[in-house]
Amino acid sequence: MLEATVNLTGQSVADTGRTADVLPVDISDLVFEAGGKRLIDGLTLQLAAGPRTIIMGPNGAGKSLLLRLLHGMIAPTSGDIRWCGMPLSEDIRKRQAMVFQSPVLLRRSVAANVDFVLKLRGKDSATRRLEILDHVGLSGHADQAARLLSGGEQQRLALARALALDPEVLFLDEPTVSLDPASVQMIEDIIQAAHRRGTKIIFVTHDIGQAKRLADEIVFVHRGRVLEQTPASRFFDAPDSEQARDYLAGRIIL
Amino acid sequence: MQDFGESFRLAFALVLSADGDLIEIIGLSLRVSLSAMLISCAIGLPLGASVAISRFPGRSAVMVLLNALMGLPPVVVGLLVYLMLSNAGPFGWLQILYSPAAMIIAQSILITPIIAALSRQVIEDLHNEYAEQFRSLCVPSHVAIGALLWDARYSLLTVALAGFGRAVAEVGAVIIVGGNINHLTRVMTTAIALETSKGDLALALALGLVLMIIALCVNGAVMTLRSTAVKYAYA
Repeated sequence: MLEATVNLTGQSVADTGRTADVLPVDISDLVFEAGGKRLIDGLTLQLAAGPRTIIMGPNGAGKSLLLRLLHGMIAPTSGDIRWCGMPLSEDIRKRQAMVFQSPVLLRRSVAANVDFVLKLRGKDSATRRLEILDHVGLSGHADQAARLLSGGEQQRLALARALALDPEVLFLDEPTVSLDPASVQMIEDIIQAAHRRGTKIIFVTHDIGQAKRLADEIVFVHRGRVLEQTPASRFFDAPDSEQARDYLAGRIIL
Repeated sequence: MQDFGESFRLAFALVLSADGDLIEIIGLSLRVSLSAMLISCAIGLPLGASVAISRFPGRSAVMVLLNALMGLPPVVVGLLVYLMLSNAGPFGWLQILYSPAAMIIAQSILITPIIAALSRQVIEDLHNEYAEQFRSLCVPSHVAIGALLWDARYSLLTVALAGFGRAVAEVGAVIIVGGNINHLTRVMTTAIALETSKGDLALALALGLVLMIIALCVNGAVMTLRSTAVKYAYA
């Protein structure tokens, strides 16, 4: 059951038609090692402003690590990440936002969770909080404890909190795993609305159906390397790499 | 020496009649120990939170020190504060030895490490949960400390009351720096010690009863508050 509707136009949440001027991002020879293992192995990739990028690949391919490296959550062992030619700085990080697989919500009310990030960026206002909660269909839950929300509602609140930052780049690390189809639909709608407002979407998912619904381009990662970066229109019918073909066909790839 | 039954009967009578001396002693005890608790929280909570979220060389040493200081013997604290506040000591000019202020200082020193060490643990657990999200949001550390202290408030209340419990029950420090002066620095524990040695078991028992009732009430309040917090998922 959809208990709330999502404001698809999203006009009220942010300025429209903004260009993401931290992009493109150039990743070259990126290496990340942990515990003596090379988890990201000389990865090179360029992501432009605009298209919704879906990162796919088997478990352990390095998809989530790649997001974390891009977002500056962890530092690479070697290699280079340049945002519009600039190395990652606090200023650039503040123009990004990330939604994790399992949302980490503050032990406060729904409204207070949004207020926390608004205050953090000096945009504290009740009107804006209302707009954002309305946008994700949670305005009726404003005074409820965030941790008593359902899984789907929690993830929508996490998304609201990320969008409250008005990010130019939105990283999503399998945000809809273990959610029911209605919740998935609502979250995808919110992401599409953010895309229309000019936010760059970088989305990790295992769900091929979801990738088909959302993707403009697919980055297929395997063993810490990019095997292909293909427009979505082509990827699902004729991927370039054998591993991607196997992956799409449901065969186990090693 | 009164017999036991008589002592208990007198003790209950004292408590039920709200005897003036008894009330005065209980009042001072609460005033001193609650003040010490507040001062210790003002110092110990930010200290515990800072140690919890920062990584610096020697951090383990600080943690070991804090944990070790939790077991400070009250008489040693009393002695040190006595030396500091006596006329020959560096703070002798304050002229506060044998006053409630001196007792508050001694108890604060005694329980600040308890509050810092326990809150460090509480905050660190919560921080482990929040850390990735805070890092993603670029939360400055002073804001993170504030948010962690606020969100852990129910657990920290337990920590504060553990400190209060320790303060209100100790006798070694307050008897040295307070001197157990009647109507001035006599608190429950020093009165119990004195009355017992004098053989006036009734007053000692009455005070002992009150002390235990306070401990029970404090624990009951903490349990109620925590279960409410858990019910509303704020803890």
